[in-house]
Amino acid sequence: MNAKQEFEVVGSRPVRPDGLDKVTGRARYGADLNMQDQIYGHILRSPHAHARITQIDCSQALAMPGVLAVMTGDDLPEPGGRVLGSGEGAIALRDLTPMVMSQGKVLFHAQPVAAVAATTPELAAEAAAAIVVSYDVLPGVTDFHAALAEGAPILHEDRFPDRQPKEPTNLAALITAQVGEPDTAFEQADVIVERTYSVPMCHQGYIEPHACVARVDGAGRVDLWCCTQGHFTVRAYTAAVTGLDEGNIRVTPSEIGGGFIGKTTVYLEPIAVVLSGKAGRPVKLVMDRGDVFRATGPAPGAETRVKLGATRDGRLVAADVDCLMDTGAYNGNPAGIPAFLATACYKLSDARSVGRSVYTNKPKIHAYRAPSMPQVTLAFELVVNELAAELGIDPIEFRLINAVEEGDTNMMGARYRRIGLRECLEAARDSDHYNSPLAAGAGRGVAMGYWINAGLQSSATLNVSADGHVAVLTGSPDIGGSRASMGLMAGEVLGIPLEHIHPQVVATDAIGHCDVTGGSRTTLATGQAVIEAANELVAELCRRAAAEWQVDAEAVVWSGGAAHHEQQTLTFEALAKRAGSMGGPLTVSRSLTATSAAPAFAVHICDAEVDGETGRTTITRYTAIQDAGKAIHPDYVEGQMQGGAAQGIGWALNEAYVYSDQGVLENPGFLDYRIPVASDLPNIATQIIEVANPLHPFGVRGVGEVPIVPPMPAVAQAVFDSMGVRVSHLPLNPPTLVAARNEQDNQGMG
Amino acid sequence: MNRALNKTAVQATINGEPRVFLCAPGQVLAETLRDELQLTGTKIGCNTGDCGACSVLVNDRLVCSCLVLAVEVEGQSVQTVEGIAEGGVLHPVQQKLLEHGGLQCGVCTPGVVVAAKALLQANPDPTEEEARYWLAGNLCRCTGYDKIIAAVLDAARCMREGAAS
Repeated sequence: MNAKQEFEVVGSRPVRPDGLDKVTGRARYGADLNMQDQIYGHILRSPHAHARITQIDCSQALAMPGVLAVMTGDDLPEPGGRVLGSGEGAIALRDLTPMVMSQGKVLFHAQPVAAVAATTPELAAEAAAAIVVSYDVLPGVTDFHAALAEGAPILHEDRFPDRQPKEPTNLAALITAQVGEPDTAFEQADVIVERTYSVPMCHQGYIEPHACVARVDGAGRVDLWCCTQGHFTVRAYTAAVTGLDEGNIRVTPSEIGGGFIGKTTVYLEPIAVVLSGKAGRPVKLVMDRGDVFRATGPAPGAETRVKLGATRDGRLVAADVDCLMDTGAYNGNPAGIPAFLATACYKLSDARSVGRSVYTNKPKIHAYRAPSMPQVTLAFELVVNELAAELGIDPIEFRLINAVEEGDTNMMGARYRRIGLRECLEAARDSDHYNSPLAAGAGRGVAMGYWINAGLQSSATLNVSADGHVAVLTGSPDIGGSRASMGLMAGEVLGIPLEHIHPQVVATDAIGHCDVTGGSRTTLATGQAVIEAANELVAELCRRAAAEWQVDAEAVVWSGGAAHHEQQTLTFEALAKRAGSMGGPLTVSRSLTATSAAPAFAVHICDAEVDGETGRTTITRYTAIQDAGKAIHPDYVEGQMQGGAAQGIGWALNEAYVYSDQGVLENPGFLDYRIPVASDLPNIATQIIEVANPLHPFGVRGVGEVPIVPPMPAVAQAVFDSMGVRVSHLPLNPPTLVAARNEQDNQGMG
Repeated sequence: MNRALNKTAVQATINGEPRVFLCAPGQVLAETLRDELQLTGTKIGCNTGDCGACSVLVNDRLVCSCLVLAVEVEGQSVQTVEGIAEGGVLHPVQQKLLEHGGLQCGVCTPGVVVAAKALLQANPDPTEEEARYWLAGNLCRCTGYDKIIAAVLDAARCMREGAAS
């Protein structure tokens, strides 16, 4: 397939269809719906990071006036060996159910152990406090090195890592990928650099806490409203965790207040459903901010060792990568990405990469924007920069020598089609930013990044009203402007005014299956379903016009929102108005499994200044360059680039989970878990590169995730450059940088 | 009577209209606005005054409504995001946020709208740095703030030009 090259409305920047509701406060998010006769749930959480539950006594709570239901892990079926989903999206039910509610054992602080439903939120909280839980407290471990050490407390006595079936350990997975003969290839290197860098556990930090309302009626039908990135996934997961039939559950997605792939699972929903079933009333559950940090899935902390060898002329000859990742209490499968994709930006025919994940007494990790890729890329890109410096080669030129291009293959065995990495690097090299001198004391860092991007399943339905307006229905929650993109793509094909196109996100019963808004897939895959549905609608309109004119349908041309044949014209509006007498209502649905996914690449440049006295870093200039394939609505592509860069800057400089010796998260709020605020950041300049994805009808690549991949190494490099000191662990917050400077001063004096 | 069910009547002006509502003595304004007055445009992101999603104006003063007890607004005037547009005409801050793509998920937007309105009341010609510091109490995790700041500065320019003409 060749991507369309000329566009009428795609690439313009209209106001988004859902914008008015969002600037006036009318848009309804997870906690904004109340159902008739609703009651309120409250969750009792473990005070211990590791303990066996010996008894739960709910009798006092149940006896309280206004309390209508209680539940514990006994109300959920045993997970057994069941696995949900497939491929990268697969999750074992034994790793999902206990994140909703523990069954017999708690493995992290604040893990749910019981829940109550009562007529007011205050009563529900009082009743939850009246539940008596007896624990056998066990020693815990939150550090992943300590978890692998001999004699460490074992989280799962019944789990054994791959290829080591003798003794249970906390090693959750060990994945090795290799191409060529790296050990031999290193012998050809003139320069070898080997370093280890670590990144802390951090959180997606969406501003809207999880919330839902569930109603189970007398016939067993479930009506569930919640904020989610994928209501079809909520339906499947809720069914699996509760043991109910998926077909009896209808999920309506609210507007969603951020997710960054953190809202692609369930925490509250199965609890609300079980409580509602017991109480016979709708149950609302809203998580508080502290519990969002304590008990939903953060991104894994990681330590990555990278060894790279290059020849004098700047050619990479071998790579050896070992990435150790913290998966928390249950398996979140973080190790495959570093094993298979650590080297994905570079031509490397001899490389080995190992990904390992480790159980610790912390919440199970969950995907966060390009999951696992920023952690491993931090180390890889910093080593690339150091190697280039040792060889006396400009870091962008070094990357241009080694960057993958069409025809190259990565360690997954995937062959790249046309990609835009080289174009991004050339844009960076030629940018005003890169060619501007640095202020005295400032440093500059460059890094690039890769993300795989998903395709998966999507559906779209186009319903035409008699006055020629079109409702564009999809099942992809709009997390960052995707309704605007759907409208533009439908408008491009149909040729009717954008004001007549009304994109909507509808409930599970109202549309074919859609996988989550995640994997940078929505504009690509759901957009493709919209494009194909619109093409089919145009074909039907042409057939109807042809019948009217008694000519062959092939002879009818669609342009400018009308069917044409010689001097005859039938407009979209006319065909819509006469639909009833020309073949019936105009409605088209299209469902697909997208095979058009293509990887995304980005190059970021960061200037930073570190205050030598306080250790505070100021980002003075930042540029993000990215291949979007085709930017359908450039505002929201730039928005993804800027938002991803801001998150990466936050992770580099400040964000980190801090645990006490007892395994209690010590900074479960935005005051102490400090995400970037407006005054922390400079303008983040963007440059969109458009190298069309040849597999997609409009040339789209996913754009959402790759912008978080380069920032950590770009920022770290700028900080090191500013200070003349290299630090091996993030975040590069003031205490870390002051300590690093003091150490440097002491060495200088010694 | 159960302590949790005990409520106090409060009279206040909400978005220009006289209202009477009930609230528990310990209930914060944000929850009361949402649960008693169905003004769910005010969002609760943290309930500890850190995120600014619940920003409202009390007698034209910018506050986090999760840090104000509902009983404290007795006799006061409260403006929420629902009251910012006048007679169906958007405030320039709202209009410019739309035009600049200054929102992605939109959950921080109500707080940003209220806080930016307060900024432009206090300072009709803010520098970029002044706008960034004023809005430092409104967390946005999606946008990187760039387009929000551009929208607010553009709104300020429009309001100055409107006032001058």
